[in-house]
Amino acid sequence: MFDTLLQNLINAMQWGSFYSLIALGYTLVYGVLLLINFAHGDIVMVGSYIAFFVATLFLGHYDLFPVALPGPLVLALTVPLTMILTALVGVTLERIAYRPLRRKGAHRLYVVITALMCGLILENGNLALLGASRKKFPELVDKVIYTAGGVSVTNLKIAVILTAVLVFVGLHLIVTKTRMGMAMRAISYDKFAVPLMGIPIDTVIVFTFVLGSSMAGLAGILFALSYPILDPYMGLSIGWKAFIAAVVGGIGDIRGAFAGGFILGFVEIMVVAFFPSTYRDLFAFTILLIILTLRPTGLFGVPKTTKV
Amino acid sequence: MTVLHIDGLTMHFSGLSALEGFNTRLADGGLTALIGPNGAGKTTVFNLVSGFYQPTAGSISFLDRPLAGLKPHQVTARGIARTFQNIRLWKDMTVLDNLRLARHHRLGYGITDVFRRGGRYRRGEDGIEAEAMELLETFKLTAAAYERPKNLPYGVQRKVELARALISRPRLLLLDEPAAGLTSRDVVELIDLIRWIHETFRLTIWMIEHQMKVVMNLCSRITVIDFGRIIAEGTPEEIRNDPEVIRAYLGDDKL
Amino acid sequence: MPTTRIPPRQRLTLPLLLAALLAGIMALAYFEVIDLYIQTIILFIGINIIISSSLNLVNGHMGEFSCGHAGFVAVGAYVSSVITVALFTSDRVFGPPLLPPQLAPLGFPLALLAGGAAAAVAGLLVALPSFRTRGDYLAIITIAANYIIITTVINIDTIGGARGFMGMKRVIFAMEEVAEIPWMVLWVFTFTILSLIAIRRFVSSTYGKGIIAIQQDEVAAEMMGVNTNRIKLVAFMLSSGLAGIAGGLYAHVIGYVNPKSFDILKSTEAMVMVYLGGMGSISGAVLSAILFTLLLEALRPLQIIKWIVIPLLLIILMQFRPEGIMGNRELTDIFPRLKKLHRFK
Repeated sequence: MFDTLLQNLINAMQWGSFYSLIALGYTLVYGVLLLINFAHGDIVMVGSYIAFFVATLFLGHYDLFPVALPGPLVLALTVPLTMILTALVGVTLERIAYRPLRRKGAHRLYVVITALMCGLILENGNLALLGASRKKFPELVDKVIYTAGGVSVTNLKIAVILTAVLVFVGLHLIVTKTRMGMAMRAISYDKFAVPLMGIPIDTVIVFTFVLGSSMAGLAGILFALSYPILDPYMGLSIGWKAFIAAVVGGIGDIRGAFAGGFILGFVEIMVVAFFPSTYRDLFAFTILLIILTLRPTGLFGVPKTTKV
Repeated sequence: MTVLHIDGLTMHFSGLSALEGFNTRLADGGLTALIGPNGAGKTTVFNLVSGFYQPTAGSISFLDRPLAGLKPHQVTARGIARTFQNIRLWKDMTVLDNLRLARHHRLGYGITDVFRRGGRYRRGEDGIEAEAMELLETFKLTAAAYERPKNLPYGVQRKVELARALISRPRLLLLDEPAAGLTSRDVVELIDLIRWIHETFRLTIWMIEHQMKVVMNLCSRITVIDFGRIIAEGTPEEIRNDPEVIRAYLGDDKL
Repeated sequence: MPTTRIPPRQRLTLPLLLAALLAGIMALAYFEVIDLYIQTIILFIGINIIISSSLNLVNGHMGEFSCGHAGFVAVGAYVSSVITVALFTSDRVFGPPLLPPQLAPLGFPLALLAGGAAAAVAGLLVALPSFRTRGDYLAIITIAANYIIITTVINIDTIGGARGFMGMKRVIFAMEEVAEIPWMVLWVFTFTILSLIAIRRFVSSTYGKGIIAIQQDEVAAEMMGVNTNRIKLVAFMLSSGLAGIAGGLYAHVIGYVNPKSFDILKSTEAMVMVYLGGMGSISGAVLSAILFTLLLEALRPLQIIKWIVIPLLLIILMQFRPEGIMGNRELTDIFPRLKKLHRFK
C-alpha cells in the first residue's frame, strides 16, 4: 500500500514536471503581455518534432549526415539545438502574428484568437506536411531502473523532475535578479516606464518569448523521451491543461505555475490510481473549478484591488 | 431629522488602517463637505456608505435603517446616489442610455416582460425615457442625448454624471470631487448647478472637494479628516480658523 | 412634461420576407430542387447563427471571455436527443416509445426547449463563479466547464459514453410519418429566428443593457443600481440555454452525437465566429456565422489543408480589421435604410 502510494507520488512528480515546464511558458508570456498564448501547447508539440528530426539526423537516418553518433552525444546536441529552434518558432509567431496586432492596439481578445489560430496552423500544418503516420522517437539513452522496495524509478524520471526544478530555480533567478527580468516584471505594471529604464519593450517581449518557447522545446524533448510516440495533436490537451495549471497557481506568477503544474500532476495520477482512467479529466477539472471558485485569483495570485 | 448616521466607522485594508472611528450625522436637506489632505480616507468613507466596501467595524444607518451587508445596488435602491472622482460614465453608450440604466433598480417590469414586450414593458420603458429626457432638458443636455460620453467635453461629462445620479431619485447625493478637472469658468457654473440641484430636488448633499471656493460657497458644515480620523467639524468659519486643520494642510496653500 | 407618444406603426416587411424565405426553402427542399447536402449546409448556417449570437451575448455584449460554449451545446444536444429518442422511437437502451410516435412533431420543439433549459442550468457552472471573478480567470472556469461536461458524458454509459449516441434519425422519420415535409428546415429556421428575437429584445431593453454597462464599467454598474450578479446570471443562462437549443437542432440534423464533437475545438469555432463578426454586434454574429459555415464547406475539398487555410485567413483578416467585420455596430447603423424594413419592438 505504502509502496504503491510512493510509486504514484514519483509518477505524479514526473507528470507534474511536464505541466510545470509548460505552465512556466504560459505564465512568462502572460506576466509580461497579459496574453494567453494559446499556441503554447502546440509549440511544445513542435519542440518534440524538432527534437525528433535533430536526433534522427545525428543518428545518421538521413543522407545529409551519414554518420551515426552515439546516443548520449546525440542527446547532448539535441537539447540545445531543439531549444534554440523552438525559441525561433515562438519568436516568429510573436513577430508575424502578435506584434502587428499589438501595434494596432487591437482588443486583447483578438490577439488571443490569433494565438488559437496559430496553434491550429501548427497542428494541421504538421499533419499536412508529415502525414498521419506517427513518429517514434528514438531511444537515446539506455534506460536504467533503480528499485528500492516495491518502488522503481528510471533515470529518465529523475532527469525530468530535476530539469523542472532547475528550470524553475533558473527562471526565478532571471526574473528576480537580472535587469532583463526586472524589465519583464516592470512591463506588466507600466508599459511606458520600461523604455525609460533603457530597455526597448520589444526586446523584453522577444526575450520573454525566447525563454518561454525554449522551455516548451525542453518540455517537448523530455515528453518525447518519456512517451516516444509523437502525433500532431499531442500538444493540444497537455497545453490546455498546463494553462489551467498556471491559472490555478496564479497566472503571471512563476511560483504559481510551478506549483500549479505539480498539483495538476498529482490530482491526475491519484485519480487514475483509484478510479477508471476515463474519470481523470472529470476529477481534475472539477477540483480545479473548485479551487478557482474558492480562490478566484489562484493560489499565489494577488487579488487586484479595484479603485473607485 | 438625521438622514445619515455614521458611528465608529473603521476600515482596515489587510492590516492597514484607512479609517478609524469615524462618526458623523447628516441633517436632512443639509449641504456638507468632507475635506482633508490626499489619502486621508475621504473616498473610503464614500465607498463604505455606498456599499462598495464592508466596514471592519462601526455602523452606517440611512433614514434610521442600517446599511450593513447591503450590496451597492441595494444601497442605491434605498436612496443614495453618487458620482465618482474620475468620471465613471459608460463611455460607449449614449447619454440617454446612461441615464436609463441608472433606473435599473426601478424598471417597473420584469425579465419575462423583456421577451413578451407587453404593455407593462412599454409603460416602464416609456416612463424611464420620459423621465430621462426631462432630466436632460433641465440640465440643458437634450442635444447630447444621443451622443456618447467619450465624445463629450469633460465639463459636460461631469454634468451627465450628475444627471445620472439624480435619475435614481436619491434622498442623499454623494459627490466625489465634482470640481476636479474643471476649468475655473466651469467651476463657477458647477457651484450654481449644485446649489440649484440642492434646492430643486430638495435632497441632502455630501461632497468631497479640494477646491475651497466650492466648499466655502456651498456648504454649511464641513468635516475634516486626516489619516483616517476626524480632526475638526463645524461651520466654514470655524474650520477656516481651526489650528488642527491649518496644521494638517500646512504646506498646502488651499486654505 | 407628459410625453404623448404615437405608437410607431409596425412595418411587417421583414417578417414577411422571412416567412417567404422559409416557405421558399421548404418548397425547394420538398420538391428536391436542392439536395440534402445543400439543405444540411443551410441548416448548419442556422445552427451556427444561434451558437455565435448566443456566445456573442456573453463575449461581446457583456465583455466576458467564455471559451467553453460547446459544452452547453453538448448538454442541449444530449438532453433533447435522449428525450426524443426515449419518447418517440423504440431504442435498444430506452425500449419502446413511451408516447405514440405521432406526437413527435409536437414533442420535438418541447424536447428542444427542455434541452435548452438543461443547458441553461449547466450555465450555472460558469454563472456562479462569475460573481466573484472575471476576465482570464473566468475564461479558465469556462474551459474547465467545457471539459467537465464532456468527460461527464464520456462516463455515462447509458448514453453511449465515448462512443456517442444515435437514433435521432428515427425521430425525424417519426415526424415524417405524420407529414412528409422537411421538418428540420422548419425547426431550425423557427428556432434561429426566435433566438435572434430573444437576444435582440434582451440587449435592446434597459434591463438587458445592464450587461453592456457591465462590459464598460462593472463597478459603476453595481454602484448605480444595477444588480450585476442577477443580470450576469440571466445573461449566462440565456446564452447557454440558446446554445443548448442549437445543440438539440445539431444532434437531430446529424442524427448522431459524440462527446468529441463538442470539445474545445468546437468552442474555438464559436469564438472565431464572434470575433470575426465583431464583439457586441448581432448582425455581425449572423453574418460571420453564414460566412464561416460557407467557408468551411467551400474549402472542404482541401481536406486537412482547410484547417491551415481558415486560421490563416482569420489571422490575416484580424491584421487588417482587428475589430471584426462589423465592429460593435449593427447593419442598421451602416445602412439606415434597412430600418424601413421593420420596426423592432
